[in-house]
Amino acid sequence: MRKIKKPADPQQPPMSSHDVVITGIGLVSSLGEGPDAHWQKLTQPGFQPVLDAERFAPYTIHPLPEIDWNLQIAKRGDQRQMETWQRLGTYAAGLALDDAGIKGNDELCTTMDMVVAAGGGERDEAVDAAILAASETRNDRDVLLNEKLTTELRPTLFLAQLSNLLAGNISIVHKVTGSSRTFMGEEGAGVSAVETAAARIGSGQSTHVLVGGAFQTEHSDMLLGYELAGYLHRGLWKPVWQRQGSEGGGVVTGSGGAFLVLEQREHAKSRGRRIYAELGPIVSGRARRRLGELDAEIVALLKQAELPAGELLTISGASGAHAATAAEKAALDANPALAVRGFSTLTGHMKEAQFPFAVALAAMAIDRKAGYPVFDATAEKQFDGAPKAVLATAIGYHQFEGMGLIKAA
Amino acid sequence: MANLKDHMGRPVVAVTGIGVVTSLGVGKTDNWAALTSGKSGIHPITRFPVDHLNTRISGMVDFLPSSSKGASHLTYELAETAAQEAVSEAGLDSGDFGGPLFLASPPVELDWADRFSLYNSDKKDGGSERLLRVARALKELDIFETTQFGSIADRLADRFGTRGLPITLSTACASGATAIQLGVEAIRRGECDKALSIGADGSATAEALIRFSLLSALSTHNDIPEKASKPFSKDRDGFVLAEGSGALVLESLEAALARGATILGIMRGCGEKADDFHRTRSKPDASPAIAAVRAVLADAGMSEDEIEYVNAHGTSTPENDKMEHLSLSTVFGERIGSMPVSSNKSMIGHTLSAAGAVEAAFSLMTMRESVIPPTINYDNPDPAIVLDVVPNKKRNAEVGTVLSNSFGFGGQNTCLVMAREPV
Repeated sequence: MRKIKKPADPQQPPMSSHDVVITGIGLVSSLGEGPDAHWQKLTQPGFQPVLDAERFAPYTIHPLPEIDWNLQIAKRGDQRQMETWQRLGTYAAGLALDDAGIKGNDELCTTMDMVVAAGGGERDEAVDAAILAASETRNDRDVLLNEKLTTELRPTLFLAQLSNLLAGNISIVHKVTGSSRTFMGEEGAGVSAVETAAARIGSGQSTHVLVGGAFQTEHSDMLLGYELAGYLHRGLWKPVWQRQGSEGGGVVTGSGGAFLVLEQREHAKSRGRRIYAELGPIVSGRARRRLGELDAEIVALLKQAELPAGELLTISGASGAHAATAAEKAALDANPALAVRGFSTLTGHMKEAQFPFAVALAAMAIDRKAGYPVFDATAEKQFDGAPKAVLATAIGYHQFEGMGLIKAA
Repeated sequence: MANLKDHMGRPVVAVTGIGVVTSLGVGKTDNWAALTSGKSGIHPITRFPVDHLNTRISGMVDFLPSSSKGASHLTYELAETAAQEAVSEAGLDSGDFGGPLFLASPPVELDWADRFSLYNSDKKDGGSERLLRVARALKELDIFETTQFGSIADRLADRFGTRGLPITLSTACASGATAIQLGVEAIRRGECDKALSIGADGSATAEALIRFSLLSALSTHNDIPEKASKPFSKDRDGFVLAEGSGALVLESLEAALARGATILGIMRGCGEKADDFHRTRSKPDASPAIAAVRAVLADAGMSEDEIEYVNAHGTSTPENDKMEHLSLSTVFGERIGSMPVSSNKSMIGHTLSAAGAVEAAFSLMTMRESVIPPTINYDNPDPAIVLDVVPNKKRNAEVGTVLSNSFGFGGQNTCLVMAREPV
């Protein structure tokens, strides 16, 4: 965790400290789009996830819902320049900006900072498959590659694959131009994005920041990114906490995106916006898992998150990956005050978007003064009452850990 | 006694270690000798066949053990090599650095060599189904690691003992500058006393070259490779794809002085502004680049008159050099015609994710050595770009302050201002 240290000279603090609040939420997942649709489905007891076990068998995924891209990306020309991943992120970002009353406000957009957590975009599967098929009968594979790529790649596809072009498209479509930074590195990128955005606002460097990410799992390369280490769950779908010992590695992926508008409290108040929640400590770490440090790291992060006394709703981003999920479950179970909700059961794992998504669900519970029913009755316990604070976690399926305490504003 | 706080009451950030690798060589000594003698590192591509390619030259780093092992391994080695030089120079423990890591590196993808070998390891089914089936049977994590965006930083964090969750970032061709900016900001916010900022790029694969080529971004002056990169020249026709790395150890001036470290320079300011015009082109009035330059001056608490030299982004593409000139002439007015503005890329090519860090390293050396590296291949000036580009030969000059520009696809504009001495 990066903590603001006490200034050496109390007369001259290095940076002033501002509260960081959430004023906009943009969500897309297999459950639908927007906070309302998500709240409605997630609070329906016994809600069954949307699954597709056929398209990528033996893997099950949570597919994107029907989306009318025109609603957030008005120009067809812009839509054509992107593949689904960038469209999805740009769309979710637009939802968050709308929700915060910032979209279309030039003054607010041009001064808004942005931190996007991103992986890469979709490759052309047909071109790749043709090259691979030809490689079976050719020994000059490097020449084959030049031959095919120079003639068959769509020139603009490169831009649809570049990590920082999700942010680039958000600038073009939504006119967010204060600054634009893209963090990479799976779940950890999402944690760092929220942590850095909050630090910027806290120190007075930014007044309002768009932060979030998107993941489009419906592409073989996106599954391959997990499966090169055997991380994907195979066979019959199960809730996230029940995949230990099943065939495969435990992760079921989902397409989705989550963007937040974080804002300095004074800034939000001065423009009369509703505040979902306030950010408490956002903490992060890098356990050297090969050395067995993960268990202790999660415990250390829980301590740094300054959990309040009493029952605490906990929105867990657990991926289902066997080792990481077991470690997280053990650490959370060790604290009987925590009522855990593993949302990947209902949305699938959304990689870079996982932590922003967890923070959004935490903020919604605070705003609506209610918890979520259990997503898995065998592993989760009841939570009644209005949460004053909610913990959000993202323990990476392979590396990097983070969590944050979201509080009533 | 130097001020330990800047004009906004933030800790002053010093540079106490510098490392660099480019096609000109490993380390500051070799690079500086080549750079100041106007030597080019651009050469014919030998790493892969160039059949069917319009561009057959590059500034690849071909002399490291990992040079033929794929983008992920080479990027790691480039980053590690530059960081080792920087941390050693700073006199810090290179296994227990004790501050955060900010890494600018290229987006990763499964290398074609691995794709081919996985695919051809059996003959059942085909396409992506075969790849996935073979993948899940792998017993080693080596290939997997090359596809994880956080893996290079994770290894570097182990290697140097940096603290906390490392940040890997991409702001395209401005990435190296953003890595430095993140380090500066973390120190200014009081989160740490020191930070390790690295830009590294070893991703000059055939596919990368083809992708840039399809966007008409690359020079096709293949015949005399060392002449291909000609920033601000009338006949410039694109950038030259290159590899390299730059690393800086950043420290609060207070902490650096307290431990008796040598102060190599001061990071005076960082500025940025995103462009919403187009995915690869800048707004025609250059207003975002202008805003980025003005933002860095404001952040540094300096007026235009206080900048003595510009280390240009100067890619040698028709578009960039024109827009960079427009932004500089707008901010600096008539003075721009007599201010030295040179492009390291004329010699090392465009090191992409590393460029901002490599060029910050060279900017700091420019001040320390009192020598401005030239813009080489300046034989045919563009009459529309009136600049003192320090043509073809180095210039001895006292330089106290440098503006370093980085502009990238996706509307990325990041500027740094560095100074030789604390105020």
